[in-house]
Amino acid sequence: MSTIVLTGGTVLDQQGRRSGDVLVDAELGTILEVGPGLSGDVELDASGCVITPGFVDLHVHLREPGEEAAETIESGSRSAALGGYTAVVAMPTTDPCPDAAPVVDEILALGRTALCEIRPAAAITLGRQGRELAPMGELAARGVRMFTDSGTGLQDDRLMRRALEYAGSLSTADGVPIVLAQHCEVAELSAGGMMHEGEWSSRLGLGGQPAEAEELMVMRDIALARLTGTRIHFQHLSTAGSVAMVRAAKAGGLPVTAEATPHHVALTDAACAGFDPVFKVDPPLRSAADVEAVREGMRDGTIDAVATDHAPHPIEAKERPFDQAPPGMLGLETALAVVMAEVGLSLDEALPLFSWRPAEIAGLADRHGRPVAPGEPANLAVIDPDATWVVSGAGSASRSQNTPFEGRTLTGRVRHTIHAGEAVVIDFEATR
Amino acid sequence: MKHLLSIRDLDADTLTALLDDADRFAEVLTRSVPKVPALRGKTVVLAFFEDSTRTRSSFDLAARRLSADVVNFAAGSSSLSKGESLRDTVETIHAMGIDAMVVRHRSSGAPGQISEWIDASIVNAGDGWHQHPTQALLDSFVLRRRLGSLEGRHIAIVGDIAHSRVARSNMEAFTALGARVTIVGPETLMPASVSPWNVEVAHSLDPLLGELDAVYLLRIQNERLDEVLIPSNREFRSRFGLTAERARRLPDHAVICHPGPMNLGVEIDREVTANDTRVAVLDQVAAGVPVRMAVLYHVLGPGRFPAGDAGTPASAEEVV
Repeated sequence: MSTIVLTGGTVLDQQGRRSGDVLVDAELGTILEVGPGLSGDVELDASGCVITPGFVDLHVHLREPGEEAAETIESGSRSAALGGYTAVVAMPTTDPCPDAAPVVDEILALGRTALCEIRPAAAITLGRQGRELAPMGELAARGVRMFTDSGTGLQDDRLMRRALEYAGSLSTADGVPIVLAQHCEVAELSAGGMMHEGEWSSRLGLGGQPAEAEELMVMRDIALARLTGTRIHFQHLSTAGSVAMVRAAKAGGLPVTAEATPHHVALTDAACAGFDPVFKVDPPLRSAADVEAVREGMRDGTIDAVATDHAPHPIEAKERPFDQAPPGMLGLETALAVVMAEVGLSLDEALPLFSWRPAEIAGLADRHGRPVAPGEPANLAVIDPDATWVVSGAGSASRSQNTPFEGRTLTGRVRHTIHAGEAVVIDFEATR
Repeated sequence: MKHLLSIRDLDADTLTALLDDADRFAEVLTRSVPKVPALRGKTVVLAFFEDSTRTRSSFDLAARRLSADVVNFAAGSSSLSKGESLRDTVETIHAMGIDAMVVRHRSSGAPGQISEWIDASIVNAGDGWHQHPTQALLDSFVLRRRLGSLEGRHIAIVGDIAHSRVARSNMEAFTALGARVTIVGPETLMPASVSPWNVEVAHSLDPLLGELDAVYLLRIQNERLDEVLIPSNREFRSRFGLTAERARRLPDHAVICHPGPMNLGVEIDREVTANDTRVAVLDQVAAGVPVRMAVLYHVLGPGRFPAGDAGTPASAEEVV
């Protein structure tokens, strides 16, 4: 039997903080013991560090299959592991699109050797075209827990209603209900929009996407959640109006959840002033008032989860004119430190947003975001809250470099990550 | 000044210095040999990734009048059309050994991006809806000549402000030179926010006519009709077009400008362009050459004109 012991750290989970070593069975992938003075075959120093359940990212673009020059499941999972993630939900923005069993099977197969668990989200509609429903029942039976047309909102009101009704009764083979996730953007209103519509888009002569393009779909989907009674998850909320509507919907008892990204709490549309397409993202970076509203949503629980919307693009794709470059930015390796600093959250306050709340939304609460206790799956992050580092796109494990935080000094970094009993990150470095 | 990317980068003193030098170059152009050796040995590439006739010709002539070598780069037949990236394309041109690149591009911000990629002076000859700084300089040049000064003058810019690089540059140039600027048009043609500029907004032209020192008409681009920004050209003309009747209500000293090409019968009537001496459209075109000479001289020359040997006119006359 091979074991790993994390020594000298503080355990932090749903039950709060306590000191103790953590002994992991590397073969079974479970926690054997939590307590003082433990020893094991491999000892990882956790002194001064906080041992937490691993993180779950509800929203990553891993580009495989189709755009392996930008990212692969393996490289993306390495980036995820370095960020403390033990599971990520891969968006269906690949080519081919996972709207049929063989593509889902391919992604699951590629994910088996990854450095974290890869959960494919499948498309709600065939080819993410918004016209015909994908075979959600068949895909759920293969283990798909989240469905989304990611990257585009499902525009058709009637089809969205039918999708919710149809999905409401579906669950995976092991009985986990599925969830529909929406990228809220009314295409007619955002068409031609390269950035947030406002003072900066006006000044720069770039087409704008009004906040209302997002908010109108949030409003519609809240109404459809009420009509159908089916749970809906809102992706990457970016506006004050969206946060306010979700807050009210939750207060009214509607089955809605929401995520927001680190970049939407860290950067405003003013970042686009130099026309650097690294700052082009969808939904776009918003006004300072929107940023503050999303931060407040993270503080008060309106936002359930931090999701990175990790969207790698090769250098050449971001060296185009702003209006010709694809939207998206890296996020996995910097998420925790950025959110803690920008939202003003302690690690204790940030952890639910990174770990067990997204695990619940993704239907992964049976093995991620679990308490750090004997018998639980060994999916753990060991965070050095005092470690500082300078962000470098070139130094990222991603195949791409498009971080919006290049050169920024961040505090709080994942030192070790244990996924299913394997130490995939040791001392800030991926082990494979 | 290494680059000219945006009017916003220039303070009033620099704007005035450029206009003053343009005055001097305008004098050079009246000579029997309208040429100075100021930029002899310098190479200027005209990189027009978007078609243009008058701006490219004007830059071409300006560079030649300064004795620079000029290379025309035609985007249509270039490697860009074979899929090469913008960065690779401009780096390739730069590798041939150039001093300045005059860039026209349909994407806002492209000249600024190019200035980060290559070590040459970049002059923005129009980028997307963003900036057209030499147009603003030549417009300021014409208005200054006709009105004496822009200080305290009231200028209306009329039409499609939202999608106009000319409007953005001119709002910035005219206000920096002390003018009061009102932008006029239906809300569908206004930028989402006007807070970046110190201008007033009006949705009707008629009440302003009697108090204007200049009216600047922008081209209505017919492709915009597809986006339902205005009901029809006819309705635009009836509300905002400079008809002969409206022109009569302008003060006698008022200047009528248009960057061209004009849609006669939409933003301005032929009756006005044909008969009204207040129309400055050809002055604007003529001003392009000395103004662009001043710009090229500022980014490539030793500074103000004349200066040292480089500024000595080809003719023996002294330039004042």
